[in-house]
Amino acid sequence: MAKIEEYIPLVGQAVIDDLKLLGERLKGRVVQHINSTPVGGGVAEILNRMVPLLKELGVDTKWDVIKGGEQFFEVTKKFHNALHGRTEEVTQRDFEIFMETSQQNIENIDTYGDIVFIHDPQPIALIKKKAVNKWLWRCHVDVSEPNEKVWGFLMDFITKYDSAVFSAPAFSRKLPIRQFLIPPSIDPLSDKNRELPEETINSVLRKYDIEKDKPILIQISRFDRLKDPLGVIDAYLQVKKYIDCQLVLAGGTAEDDPEGFKVLSEVQEKAKNDRDIHILLLPQNDIEVNALQRAADIIVQKSLKEGFGLTVAEALWKAKPVVASNVGGIPLQIKHKYSGLLCYSVEGASFAIKQLLSSPEYAKKLGANGREHIKNNFLITRHLRDYMLLFLSLYYPEDIVRLC
Amino acid sequence: MIKLVKAKEPFKFCTRLHLSELTGLRATTLSQLLALIKEVPGSCIYHHTHRFLQQHQYLSPEPPNDFSYWVMEVLGEDELGEKLLSIDTMQYSTIRDLREKIYLTIEDYLRYSPFAKLKFARPGEEFHFIKSVSFILPTSYIAYDLKEFIEILKKITLDSIYFHIFEARLRLEKPTNDFSYWIENSLGDKELAGKISGFDPYTRTLEDLRNTIIQIAARRMTG
Repeated sequence: MAKIEEYIPLVGQAVIDDLKLLGERLKGRVVQHINSTPVGGGVAEILNRMVPLLKELGVDTKWDVIKGGEQFFEVTKKFHNALHGRTEEVTQRDFEIFMETSQQNIENIDTYGDIVFIHDPQPIALIKKKAVNKWLWRCHVDVSEPNEKVWGFLMDFITKYDSAVFSAPAFSRKLPIRQFLIPPSIDPLSDKNRELPEETINSVLRKYDIEKDKPILIQISRFDRLKDPLGVIDAYLQVKKYIDCQLVLAGGTAEDDPEGFKVLSEVQEKAKNDRDIHILLLPQNDIEVNALQRAADIIVQKSLKEGFGLTVAEALWKAKPVVASNVGGIPLQIKHKYSGLLCYSVEGASFAIKQLLSSPEYAKKLGANGREHIKNNFLITRHLRDYMLLFLSLYYPEDIVRLC
Repeated sequence: MIKLVKAKEPFKFCTRLHLSELTGLRATTLSQLLALIKEVPGSCIYHHTHRFLQQHQYLSPEPPNDFSYWVMEVLGEDELGEKLLSIDTMQYSTIRDLREKIYLTIEDYLRYSPFAKLKFARPGEEFHFIKSVSFILPTSYIAYDLKEFIEILKKITLDSIYFHIFEARLRLEKPTNDFSYWIENSLGDKELAGKISGFDPYTRTLEDLRNTIIQIAARRMTG
């Protein structure tokens, strides 16, 4: 795993110096992250990188994971979908199941941190253990139009935190506590994003029987309805009427997502008669994801809702032309017609893909602009800085904090 | 080559790191935007008129303030967008004055373009008010003369340059930027101080700003 000094060639010495300055200000405080899964999904991925780097910067950082059975994660998946605005039947029994498991976690998890940093709704009820320490709630979900019943239930917990954190301005609403905007990030030196030799890319393509004889469209995402994999197939089919191409849908499933395999089988069913559609289940193989992204001609992210859409940042970092939905944090990453193309529908996606396939120079320019935007705003070094400032903000309520 | 003057007081470089604080306040019409501009904290006005400087350190198609961008791109009011875009921030020494100029510009426009009030942003395209929270930290860099000042300028972060040029003047309400103040008062070089405070830093990228200050100071050293 990369050390903090290894980022200097990418972001400059001075950026790393700033991080060290902030680390010194946090010496002596323990930051305890708590979420619901050690692997799978964007949150675990970020924490896996963030925790060792924070430690290296001198911030005593720990990471604990709550426990929950199948029933609990079915309920939290319903919450997740409902917060994204999807119609979900959330019953009183669901709330009871949530609270029963939460109570067990309250009894079993030691919240020893000076700063307890809770990620997403699954561990949110741990706030009942708040003592004199500081508590943060990090919402990774698009809550721009949440189901009010679920949001109302969560609000009872949220308002007890010291501060909340959201990934996009549209997710914020009036709250009686401070709330901060911190978009997530990608790690340019991780296996998923680092440069790869051509041979590695080719060997991954060979492994999955993908030939480079026609343009490759790729969507990398968990098999989740909100990522709209069926819509991606529809868009591909519309493109294919005019331009011969192939589609790769690749992704894994997360431990806290019981719906994943059902969605996967629906996708396989829809794709079964088309030899140019490759459905790949890639549980936690970052180098393969990296290779597939680098092999793609166009990367698609046709999500219906998105907490942020880290796969877009990954694609842009590789200077790839991207066609993505105008939802969640995606418009923070893509300025339409400048660093990618935004769409609202299957038809819009297919039109944008055709446009890029027909104009490779334009596609190349979009990709280059996108990489520059990610470099300036969405790398892990910016994220580390924001988190350390967030921790400091818990002790300084003013708008201009002088640490001179 | 002119003789190097040792500063009466050394220049201690600070840096400013910022965090964006959400307010939950949003506007969907020009009237709502106007009302909120009048009442939000000064840190919001500062954020929306300075964010671009730090987020776009390369050329981008976005106009350099959020109010202007939203009015043009979302409401389609290009004429008002241009008026907001061309507000000369250098002319205002406090956020209060800058805020007043912005809302007077919108009020004035609405007087002769009343139909602009009828336009709504589509869902998802509302204007969200954000506050800028600044953390000012000392760095280990200290300059005792102009030569050292130039050497440090070459390697200091853009955040540090940003702090001493923009934030010190407008947000901390100092009479000029920190560099010009030090050069005039500690090095006694009023002419060089005037050259640095005399150009408009808002029309440049931060990297360009760094290079321009280095060039002006280096030319001064060689006489």
